[in-house]
Amino acid sequence: MRGIDTALARVYRENAGRVLAALINQLRDFDLAEEAFQDAMMEAARVWTDKGVPDNTAGWLLTVARRRAIDRLRKSKRAGSNATRDTILLLAEDNTLPEQNHTIPDERLRLIFTCCHPALAQESQVALTLRSMCGLPAAEIARAFLTTEPTMHQRLTRAKSKIRNAGIPYRVPEQPDILPRLQPVLSVIYLIYNAGYTPNNTDLTDEAIRLATILHQLLPHAEVAGLFALMTLHHARNAARFQGGKMVSLEHQNRDFWDQFTIKRGKNILVDALKQNQPGPYQFQAAISAVHSDASDWQSTDWPQIVGLYTALNDLTPSPIIQLNRAVAVANAGDLAKALADLETLKSDLANYQPFYAARAELRCRDGQIDKARQDYQTAIRFSQNTAEQEFLKQKLSELG
Amino acid sequence: MQYLALIYSVEGLESEYEGDMMADYGAFSAAISEAGVMVGGEALMPTSTASSITVRDGKTTVTDGPFAETKEILGGYYLLECKDLDEAVKWAAQIPTAKYGTVEVRPIMVFDQ
Repeated sequence: MRGIDTALARVYRENAGRVLAALINQLRDFDLAEEAFQDAMMEAARVWTDKGVPDNTAGWLLTVARRRAIDRLRKSKRAGSNATRDTILLLAEDNTLPEQNHTIPDERLRLIFTCCHPALAQESQVALTLRSMCGLPAAEIARAFLTTEPTMHQRLTRAKSKIRNAGIPYRVPEQPDILPRLQPVLSVIYLIYNAGYTPNNTDLTDEAIRLATILHQLLPHAEVAGLFALMTLHHARNAARFQGGKMVSLEHQNRDFWDQFTIKRGKNILVDALKQNQPGPYQFQAAISAVHSDASDWQSTDWPQIVGLYTALNDLTPSPIIQLNRAVAVANAGDLAKALADLETLKSDLANYQPFYAARAELRCRDGQIDKARQDYQTAIRFSQNTAEQEFLKQKLSELG
Repeated sequence: MQYLALIYSVEGLESEYEGDMMADYGAFSAAISEAGVMVGGEALMPTSTASSITVRDGKTTVTDGPFAETKEILGGYYLLECKDLDEAVKWAAQIPTAKYGTVEVRPIMVFDQ
């Protein structure tokens, strides 16, 4: 029985997204698809214990889920409507036996574009993607995003109801609309990844990488590959990111813990992306990460190249935070005076931004402006939201003497 | 599906529209008619002509002015027949007022049977 439980958990993990996507495509109803899929998983637990796990688990689950969907439709309040009758007829046409091997079409690209439709709020896009593409239960999504389970249920219900009632299509956008429509999809995946960037939430980084892998397979656009490369390169530093439950910054990570195999893989994905000659912000961020990966330590990083990449990134998507990072790179490349002058131009935009003061404190300290550095550390501590960061800044402050 | 495109803007701001607004609206209406999307559409008189009506305990009260005193007011509408929201958004983005105001798109409710 335990063997079956483990097998089921694995089957769920590997097939939920694909089977759900195929079901939603046929049923045009997220809730019915989820219910029918749960029915099929329950039946699998029963049948597979007796007969063993079939070879084509996805096909088995889809066939059984489709039958359970027909049962549910026949019993539903809408059983008499024309639309329901049409759906039942369509579903019943496919009478493959669950044991028969049949491949199921991959509809996950449509599904992710629907989940990340710009007419849905971003928090709904994120929740719906994790629920439908990754098969995560609402309770787990609620925990990851620090909200309650009823709130998350309500958010998912509202999003599904908007898809149904506002006529949000279940379709991959056509050229030339695909590029603007890809942006929210990439944002959602990266947001899920970053939400996993804390010691007790790392499952989400795995989900994000899984999503990027699928998206990259189905739609190998340069920016999809750029994001995939960026997350892979970050992922390679996983073992060095935390020490004793505390986050370690790139500068202080033990680079022996970096996974060189994954770094190589990330770089290969990036190289393939760059070959498409369609530069984008994710590709530049991945390139910056790749340059860091090449260095054996913080000091020997190719800072002039990092400066160049931040400049290109800022030209494409201007932002004071990118300019702050570039100023730090300029200082590390050897031009402290220019870096300090660059920071002056950012002080009104980043007046409430803790990293601005922490970075300026560091540079002023290097420049021998100890009193001003002390003031900046004190301001940074005031703006800091978490204790680990405050401790780090206090340590820096005390080192000034 | 049918969608109502509600056209909102700050009253008086249409003077700042770059181009010939009447001609652009004419061209838009012609385009949606030709595409078979137009079900209906009208422009409204300014809110200075609006009257608001309530009935409480059988008593009708009429007051001067629009329902809500907001800066952006409803200036007109189109009723569009589209296959889905993406098509409705595509057409709504071509309504001239979208360049300086806001077009809200809402599906028409369908009552089953």
